[in-house]
Amino acid sequence: MRHGVKGRKLSRTHSHRAALMNALATSLLKHKRIKTTLAKAKEARKHVEALITKAKKNNLHSRRHVMRFVNDKDVVKELFSEVVPKIGERPGGYTRVIKLGNRMGDAASMAILELVDYNDVITKKAEEHKEKREAKKEAKQKAKSEEKDAEEAVEEKESKPKKRKKKDEE
Amino acid sequence: MPNPKRRMSKSRTAKRRTHYKAHSPALGVCANCGEVKMTHRACPSCGYYNEKSMFIPKS
Ligand SMILES: [Zn+2]
Repeated sequence: MRHGVKGRKLSRTHSHRAALMNALATSLLKHKRIKTTLAKAKEARKHVEALITKAKKNNLHSRRHVMRFVNDKDVVKELFSEVVPKIGERPGGYTRVIKLGNRMGDAASMAILELVDYNDVITKKAEEHKEKREAKKEAKQKAKSEEKDAEEAVEEKESKPKKRKKKDEE
Repeated sequence: MPNPKRRMSKSRTAKRRTHYKAHSPALGVCANCGEVKMTHRACPSCGYYNEKSMFIPKS
């Protein structure tokens, strides 16, 4: 039974695995996008996301905590001063894994691990999409309000003759 | 210690192994460039996945 067994061992001892995770986290935060095997990418994202969430607190204690897992002081500095503000209020899910297919040589499935907010192509597209949607919404609202005005005008026209008729009957 | 009582015949072994088969990879067509690519993976020829450019190919 494999109940409650989490994570991958990646054919490494505990300390070797920990060192690998720290190295992957460091290079992801440094380069914003790394290419590695799918298994490593999936393990590393767990590790990095926890670190980023910690960094969001932005105090000395969290900085020291992150420093334990990131091998480069400059990267920690950048994480706190640039990456965290760029991420903003995103509630987790800071990373993305894109499958690439198998590697030549050992046929290991490869993947890209990247920070979501640093993919300029996608963020640009998303912004364009948002603008388009908002423009559409505004256009719709305008059309609706115009329709309403038109309807009201029609109603006024219709209601006036009725009142007159009633008066005539009286 | 417990041991097999009977020798496993070649025929039995072969019959069991008839279910060991190689599967062909699931292939689809890239929505961006029309090239054949593996499903659920970024396109190796144009770098697109899910109608978004993920990377720029080397060539
Ligand atoms: Zn393509």
